[in-house]
Amino acid sequence: MPLPCVFGSEIEYGITVQGDPDFDPISSCVLLVNAYQDIEDARILWDYEQENPLADARGFHVEGEKYTPNQQENIARNKTLRNGARFYVDHAHPEYSTPEVTNVRDLIAFERAGERTMEAARRAATALLPSGQTVLIHKNNSDRKGNSYGNHENYLIERRTPFREIVEHMTPFLVTRNIFCGAGKAGSENRAQPCDYQISQRADFFETEVALDTMVKRPIINTRDEPHADREKYRRFHVIIGDSNLCEVSTYLRMGTTAVVLALVEDGAIPRSLAVSDPVKVVKEISHDLACKRSYAMERGGRLTAIEIQKEYLEYALRYFSSRSLDPIVKDVLVRWERVLSKLAEDPLQLDREVDWVIKHKLITSYMKRHGVDWHHPQVHMLDLQYHDIRPDKGLYHVLERRGEVDRIVDSDAIERAVRTPPSDTRAYFRGECIRRYPDEVFGVNWDSISFNVGDEPIKRILMNEPLKGTRAHVGELLDSSPTARVLVQNLTTA
Amino acid sequence: MKIVRPKTEPATGIWGAAGDQTQKQKSGGGDSSGSSSSDAGGQKKLAKKGEDLKEEMDNLIDEIDEVLEANAEEFVKNYVQRGGE
Repeated sequence: MPLPCVFGSEIEYGITVQGDPDFDPISSCVLLVNAYQDIEDARILWDYEQENPLADARGFHVEGEKYTPNQQENIARNKTLRNGARFYVDHAHPEYSTPEVTNVRDLIAFERAGERTMEAARRAATALLPSGQTVLIHKNNSDRKGNSYGNHENYLIERRTPFREIVEHMTPFLVTRNIFCGAGKAGSENRAQPCDYQISQRADFFETEVALDTMVKRPIINTRDEPHADREKYRRFHVIIGDSNLCEVSTYLRMGTTAVVLALVEDGAIPRSLAVSDPVKVVKEISHDLACKRSYAMERGGRLTAIEIQKEYLEYALRYFSSRSLDPIVKDVLVRWERVLSKLAEDPLQLDREVDWVIKHKLITSYMKRHGVDWHHPQVHMLDLQYHDIRPDKGLYHVLERRGEVDRIVDSDAIERAVRTPPSDTRAYFRGECIRRYPDEVFGVNWDSISFNVGDEPIKRILMNEPLKGTRAHVGELLDSSPTARVLVQNLTTA
Repeated sequence: MKIVRPKTEPATGIWGAAGDQTQKQKSGGGDSSGSSSSDAGGQKKLAKKGEDLKEEMDNLIDEIDEVLEANAEEFVKNYVQRGGE
């Protein structure tokens, strides 16, 4: 049996300052992160000592420099939030990593809490700029000029699963899933085949099958082997090929089905390989095939369409879960997956309430019809970009959401709660609660550790290498009986 | 260039109306209730539904025109990001 899944997402947002001829992305990101008030005056380091981004899942270490900023720079670029999330500057983008969650509904609540955090920070940062300048943030993955930035998904899996099986079975799945979770893009870039509109924001940027890189020569399967947990027991499967979604149903399907297929891989429940020939080429061809009718050569012989490949994974999943107890959320994911694949087979454009690329396509084509403009018109490119604007009053996705034109998964209250409180059923609970209760004594944080400064003693680092410990059930009483971090540390070391 | 449209009602609430956990099914598509094409009443209903949908879409595009950034060409040209990840 595979693990109960622990998930998280890391999203880099696009940033620009309207009205600033000297716009500098890095200083704007620093301004943004520091303008956000979560816990007043908390000065918490991100603990880079615990990071190891150069370990490769194929069993070796890549040579390179590990990034470790000085203390002042560290605090200026990193905020760990009371909901257990990390809000920070990554290269030239603001990034939000959700806390660890155990199901895809919570994932959506916390990812959307991230959008609200970005928006609150954006307003606070704009207020600090000279009048006439406005910070703008987009939840997208490309500037349509050849620059891409990521949406990374993380799934905790057992280390015993051989990495080559993950590559074998996850590659065709990841290559084809964009049909129901691509975020859509007008045109192409990065020397890709020209087109009016394509399914994925990111397909143009994937150049290789398996590698450790994320910034150049992006791979379909990323091999970063940094579990942020007990290395002997766990891997973190790090997916970099997805688009950032605005529509909740698209995120739900993308991460829900990926977790299901990973469970199948872990339990050896995929009896026939679905490997496609030349997946790097296929990911781009699928992105250009809005009708989802094209078929692709399979390594096992014959040809299948992206929908047929997905249907075969679904069939294996239904078979696998037919003899197992089924969590209601996983059940709902399977039902929706089946429905969305049937609708795609009939006519993909029916999915105009659920799938981002279809929602945006409908918006743009309706606009073009009304105003008699074509795909090359600047207004169309503006629509494409502004769909991703996070401002509730200006973002076009938000306009549609407000008008009830798109389906939802979580309600606004759940999102608001996720801004303020951590998930109760992972170690994020312990992290978030420590930050809320002992803001002045928390010295540094990483996903799998938290350290405290308790007066004149050396810094005490508490390791949290089990993501399903540190939950409310596990540490709630301990925290309640520890009025200070000093007492907490004493209680922990004498326990 | 900017396409000017009459003003619509301003958007309400900074985060919009609370979402709903349940899914609203699309009104079109497989709806079989009383939409038999031989039925004159049904025909009329369908036509009405078509008009409603068109009006809704017109209304939506009006709102989009209202919020779409001015100087689209300039805006899109200046939107340059650094690569990331």
